[in-house]
Amino acid sequence: MNVSMEFLVASGIGWVTACGVFLMLRGRSFPVVLGLTLIGYAVNVFIFAMGRLWTGAPPIIGNGEVIADPLPQALVLTAIVIGFATTGFVIELALRSHHESGTDHVDGKEPGA
Amino acid sequence: MSLASLISPHLPVLTVLLPAFTAMLLVLIGDSRERLVLARRIALASVSLGLLLALKLALDAHGGELRVYRVGDWPAPFGIVLVVDRLSALMLVLTQAVALPVLLYASGGWDSHGRHFHALIQFQLMGLCGAFVTGDLFNLFVFFEVLLIASYVLLVHGQGKERFRVGVQYVAINLAASALFLIGVSLIYAVTGTLNMADLAQRVPRVTGDEALVLQAAALILLVVFGVKAAMLPLYLWLPATYAAASAPVAALFALMTKVGVYSIVRVHGVIFGADGGASALVAEPWLLPLALGTSALAVFGALAAQTLPRLVAYLTIASVGTILASLGLFSTAAWSAALYYMAHSTLVIAALFLLVELVASQRGDADSRLEAGAPVAQPVLLGLMLLLAAASAAGLPPLPGFIGKLMVLQASSGHEAQVWIWIVVLSVGFLTLVGLARAGSLLFWSTRPELAGTGTAAGASSKLVLATIALLVGGVAMTVLADPLKRYTDAAAAQLTDHRAYALGVLGGEGIDTTLPYVFPRPAAGVPAGQGTEGGP
Repeated sequence: MNVSMEFLVASGIGWVTACGVFLMLRGRSFPVVLGLTLIGYAVNVFIFAMGRLWTGAPPIIGNGEVIADPLPQALVLTAIVIGFATTGFVIELALRSHHESGTDHVDGKEPGA
Repeated sequence: MSLASLISPHLPVLTVLLPAFTAMLLVLIGDSRERLVLARRIALASVSLGLLLALKLALDAHGGELRVYRVGDWPAPFGIVLVVDRLSALMLVLTQAVALPVLLYASGGWDSHGRHFHALIQFQLMGLCGAFVTGDLFNLFVFFEVLLIASYVLLVHGQGKERFRVGVQYVAINLAASALFLIGVSLIYAVTGTLNMADLAQRVPRVTGDEALVLQAAALILLVVFGVKAAMLPLYLWLPATYAAASAPVAALFALMTKVGVYSIVRVHGVIFGADGGASALVAEPWLLPLALGTSALAVFGALAAQTLPRLVAYLTIASVGTILASLGLFSTAAWSAALYYMAHSTLVIAALFLLVELVASQRGDADSRLEAGAPVAQPVLLGLMLLLAAASAAGLPPLPGFIGKLMVLQASSGHEAQVWIWIVVLSVGFLTLVGLARAGSLLFWSTRPELAGTGTAAGASSKLVLATIALLVGGVAMTVLADPLKRYTDAAAAQLTDHRAYALGVLGGEGIDTTLPYVFPRPAAGVPAGQGTEGGP
C-alpha cells in the first residue's frame, strides 16, 4: 500500500486548497478569512509532505537506519506561527472594517447599493 | 580590543537588530502626547545611525568585500546566513535614505494621527533590511512577513472607512501570496534539499529530468509571488487603491516595498535560475520582459486616467517598476546595472512625489487631492518648482537621473531581439508620464478658481514637511552628479551577481562548494513505506 499514503495526502491537500480558493473568492469577509485559513492549513501539510512521507523514522541522527528530514518540520512550525498571527490580525481588521462601513462585504458596500 | 573591531564583524546583523530594538524601545516609551517628541528623536537617531551603517557596508562592499555573517556561528548551509554584497548594501542605503526624510515628514504631524507609528516604521525597516541581507530563501519569507505585518498596520494608520476597506483586500492578497511563497519554497527544498541561496545556485544546475520540471514550476510560482509584491502585470491591481488610501509618509515608504519584490526576482530568477541554471536556466525569461513592458504601458494609461493625485503617483510607481523589470528581463549585466541605477532613482522620486502631492493637496481647500480646478495653493512657486523637478525626473528629461537611467536601459537593450518594443515602450511611457504630470500641474497651479482663494490653508506648509520632501528630491538629483561612481558601483554589483563561485566560496567556505547533491541520508530499508525515497530525497 505504498501508493495510497501519498495519494491520500496529496488529494487531501488538493481538496482543502480547492475549498480555500472557493471561499476566498466569496464576497463577504468571513468566508474570505475562512478560505485563507484553509489554504494556510493545506500549505502547512504541503510543506510537511515535501520532506517526504516517512514512517517509523526519527528526525534525529541516532542508531536507527532511517532518518526523517527534520527541516520541513521546523519550517512548518514557523509557517504555523506566522499564519496564526496573520489570521488573528485579518479577523480583527475585517471586524473593524465592518464597524466602519456597516457591511461585511469586501467592497465596503452591499452589492447593488 | 577596540570597540570598532568588536562591532565590525557584526555589522550585517546590526542592520536588522538596530530597527528591531529601536521598535521595542519605542513601544515601551509609548506615544502619549508628551512623549511623542522623545519618540521622534529616538526614531530619527536610529534611522540616521542605520543610514551610516548602510553607507559603511556599501563602502566596504564597493571594495569587493563579501560580508558573510553566520548567525550563532552555525556553518552554512545548515545555519542561517546574512550576506552583504554590493546589491544588498545598495538596497540598504536606499531603504535608509528613503526612511530618513519620510520619518522627518511624519514627525510634522502624521505620527500623532494614530498609535505606535514610529515603532511600526521601525518594524517595517527591520523587515526590509532583513529581506535585503538574508542569504536564505526561507528567511526571506520570514522577513517578508515581518515587513508585511508592519505594513498592514501602517496602511490603516490614520484610520477611516476607505483605509479599512482597502486594508482587508491588501491583507487578503498578501496572505494568498504568502501561501504561494511557502509552496514555492518547499518545492525547491523538496528537489534540492537546501534553501541557502549560495547553495541553491550550486545545486540547481545539477538538477535534471523530471525534477527539473518541478523546480521550474517552483521558480514560476515564486515569480507570481514576487510579481504580486513588485506589482507586475496582471498582479498590480491591488496597488493603486492601496497606495492612494495610505497616508502620505506611509505611501512614500511603501515605494520601497515594491522594490523588495524586484530585489527577490533578481536574487531568485536572475541568479539562482539565471543563465547558469542548467536545465532550469532562465526559466523566467519568456515571461518577465513581455509582462514588464505590459506593466509599464498599462500603468501609464492608468496615470493618465487617474482622478486623484495619490492615484496618479501610485500608477507612476507601477510604471517605474515595469521599466525596472523590463531591464532585468534582458538578463545581461549591463541591463541589470541599468535596472539598479533606475530603481534607486525612481524610488527616491516616487517617495518624493507621494509627499509632495499631499503638501499640494493640503493647500487646495475642498478640492483636496482631486484632479479638478480648486483653490489656488498658498505657495505656488515653491511647490510648483518642486513638482516640475519631480515630474521631469520621473519622466526622464535630461539631465536628470531619470534620463540617465532610461538611457542606460535603452543602451543595454541594443542588439536584443525585443529592442524595438523596449524602445517604444520606455520612450512612450516617459512621454505619457510627462503628459500626465503636466496635466496635473496645470490643474493644480494654473487652472485654479481664484474666487475660492483663502479656503485652503493660508499659512503654507511647515518647513519640516517641505524640507523632508526637498531632501528626497535632492537625493534624486544628486544621483546625476554622482552618476559616474554610482554607475561603476551598479556595474560591479551586477557583475558580482553573476559570479556564483566567489559568492559560494564566501558563503559556504571552501569545502561547502563541493557538498554532495543532495544530502544523501540512508535509504529506508525495504518494507518501510517511504514515499519517494528512491529519488534520493533529503
